[in-house]
Amino acid sequence: MDLFLQQILTGLANGAIYACLALAVVMIYQAIDHFNFAQGEMAMFSTYICWAMIAGGLPYWVAFFATIIISFVGGLAIERIIFKPLHSAPVLSHVVVFIGLVAIFNSTAGAIWDHTIKTFPSPFPDGSFAGLIGLHEIGMFFVTLIMLLGIFGFFRFTRIGMAMQAAAANPDSAGLVGIRVGWMLALGWGLAAAIGAVAGMMIAPIVFLDPNMMLGILLYGFASAIVGGISSPGGAVAGGFLVGIIENLAGTYIPAIGSELKLTVALILIVTVLLFKPNGLFGKTIVTRV
Amino acid sequence: MSQILEVKGLEASYGPTKVLHGLDFSLDQGGVTTILGANGAGKTTTLRAISGMVTRSGKISLAGTELSSLSTADITRRGIAHVPEGRGTFVRMSTEDNLRLGAYSRNDKAAIAEDMERVYTYFPILKQRRGQQAGTLSGGEAQMLAVGRALMLRPRLLLLDEPSFGLAPLIVQELFAILKRINDEEGVSMLLVEQNAALALELADHAYLLETGNIVISGTSESILENETVRRSYLGY
Amino acid sequence: MATDVETRADPRLTVGAKIPIKLVGLFIIIGAILPFLLGGYANFQGTLIMIYAIAILGLNLLTGFNGQFSLGHSAFYAVGAYTAAILVYHLDWPVYVTIPVGGVVCFIAGFLFGLPALRLEGLYLALATFALGVAVPQILKSSHLEGLTGGVQGLDVFRPPVPEFLPLTMDQLWYYIAFGVMLIMFWIAWNLINSRTGRAMMAIRDNPIAAKSMGVNASLYKSLTFGVSAFYTGIAGAMAAIVIEFVAPDSFTFQLSILLFIGMVVGGTNSIWGAIFGGFFILTVPNFAEEISTGLSYAIFGVILILVIYVLPSGVAGLVNLLRVRIRKLL
Repeated sequence: MDLFLQQILTGLANGAIYACLALAVVMIYQAIDHFNFAQGEMAMFSTYICWAMIAGGLPYWVAFFATIIISFVGGLAIERIIFKPLHSAPVLSHVVVFIGLVAIFNSTAGAIWDHTIKTFPSPFPDGSFAGLIGLHEIGMFFVTLIMLLGIFGFFRFTRIGMAMQAAAANPDSAGLVGIRVGWMLALGWGLAAAIGAVAGMMIAPIVFLDPNMMLGILLYGFASAIVGGISSPGGAVAGGFLVGIIENLAGTYIPAIGSELKLTVALILIVTVLLFKPNGLFGKTIVTRV
Repeated sequence: MSQILEVKGLEASYGPTKVLHGLDFSLDQGGVTTILGANGAGKTTTLRAISGMVTRSGKISLAGTELSSLSTADITRRGIAHVPEGRGTFVRMSTEDNLRLGAYSRNDKAAIAEDMERVYTYFPILKQRRGQQAGTLSGGEAQMLAVGRALMLRPRLLLLDEPSFGLAPLIVQELFAILKRINDEEGVSMLLVEQNAALALELADHAYLLETGNIVISGTSESILENETVRRSYLGY
Repeated sequence: MATDVETRADPRLTVGAKIPIKLVGLFIIIGAILPFLLGGYANFQGTLIMIYAIAILGLNLLTGFNGQFSLGHSAFYAVGAYTAAILVYHLDWPVYVTIPVGGVVCFIAGFLFGLPALRLEGLYLALATFALGVAVPQILKSSHLEGLTGGVQGLDVFRPPVPEFLPLTMDQLWYYIAFGVMLIMFWIAWNLINSRTGRAMMAIRDNPIAAKSMGVNASLYKSLTFGVSAFYTGIAGAMAAIVIEFVAPDSFTFQLSILLFIGMVVGGTNSIWGAIFGGFFILTVPNFAEEISTGLSYAIFGVILILVIYVLPSGVAGLVNLLRVRIRKLL
């Protein structure tokens, strides 16, 4: 039983990582109606920027907020500079550009800050809660919760949040009610990059900082967002914790799996969930009359 | 009577295909004008060109302001509300959120609330459906929502693209009666594109006949109703 | 979400379209002469390009023509390759026979995978196929299957020597085999696309509800397309195993799926022959980027990718079509 509890808590701790990134995934999805495969690498790059600032002598929180602002502007710039000219290109072409961005960020980070693994400071005290779960994980949980509330409020109660959803869902109609669709996309990119940056800075103390830190985690982030329901930020967070727990329990209790097949099993479980709940566990079913 | 919209030499194309070949027309302030024509004549494209949704050239001026270089959002903000073909509601959002987005470019909260109530008086069914996802509305309700959303802009000019499309005759009558009321009571100018020429000519005071991207006949609704060609080809008697 | 896939119809893919005999003839002649002009290594690379082209075509039948995403085609490529390797290594089968067998095994695997995948669309399908792509190399590595797959070490595949009556080197021989297989596979794809089945596939892509209401059995066609797509990729995988003379799990990671996907988009999703350019692109450009700068090779590859999309938003085939329309207008 102790082992079980321990595994659940470890799962929750990992889940906090996935939930954090899943939020960024949902954010960009609400804004551009697609996944951004470069999201993980953008978050990684942001985290390096923060690391460089801290290494340069800035206090943690100054670097933290500066990174958020830089990431926001960077995300905005990527949309305006790279994607704006491609608005009429097919979606599959956009996916290729995402892949291109992944390669660029990954490789550039390696070239600037080399490939050695770096430690990244946590803003929370060392130690753990009753020896079961680290204080950093608990802190991260609350950061995720704050972001979740922020995003929820933004989409639900602000004019701009609603306009952003409208622009993503139906750009033509959005223009016809006076929404500047292009800038909504850019804003969505900016916000997603900023949230990704927070996720990166929260994750890095656990997984350490290196250019490839996000490759695996982003997959879990996507999976969490999809399992929870891509249209629901709350679902994404719940999905994150669920994926974390499933992954750990499967790895521990099914002997044939062990740690080598953990990822596979998690993915298969996720796909199974989707077969029965195709809109995710918490996603709204979208009804459209033909 | 003064003119709300003046269009000169309007051309529009989709990719390499030119669809409008230099249209000249104008709309009276407070009037209802209709564009008639067969499928593919360029009616929808004319509206889309005014709203800046297609590549276009020529002059379009709204009460003296030149629109031809503005984006769709900026044209809307100048007071042109376009009810697009196929209604274009935001299907994932509630009816009320759709209406609220109609007033996106306005900042006068009190007046917006007032307008919302007025839309609900025109279309009481929308009030019943206020919390419902727009995608679940029936065709008639969705069309009413689209018109209601356009009214939330407090437009100077309303562009209507085939509002009768796919609706039952009774619903169409109801909708057109409301459009007439809106025009009478609020003085909103309208440009109406319709397949159903008889219906359109009943509401409109002026009409243009469009054939393969050119205006071939224009005049008051009465004179158009008497025109032999129009009668035979578009009214069927 | 199924409509996310670009669905601009290729004007040539209409009822009764004819194969452009002259162009194909020219292509065959050039393709047949090349091995004598190129060196051994270039021959080997040409062979790989053609193998990739077959796999990309398979992916494109699924994505471009049927509107289903896949980020997991590396899995089918792996299944094809391992089928060939296991048959040769453990059972001493003749290598030539293992190529179609690899295809058939993949067809079954693809069809079976396509059945549950029916319920998934767009992103969800992307995730499911992605899971497949991630799972397969891990399964191949798994200690439970080590006896069969050789685990992390992989398996060697030995090719028989070139028959004495053929005045060819080993590289040239396999170049011609790949060339022949590619021509056959392209011919089959052409006929498929221009058949009733092909039109049903595209109808499902463009408007699934309308297609169903016209009596198209969408589920069957979607699963079948998955099978056919996997068949192509499996053939490619089997040939790759034989040509490279080696299989190992790490050759079939998720990155291979991404490469095939890139090849498909760069080649153009609404054409068949675009796959050849796609194969060329994914084989040569990463090497080229490596030449420029080892440290930043990925970044350079990324920049090239983005530039290519700027210049050719609908792929090479899209550009060629556009030029064709323009030229016809001028004449």
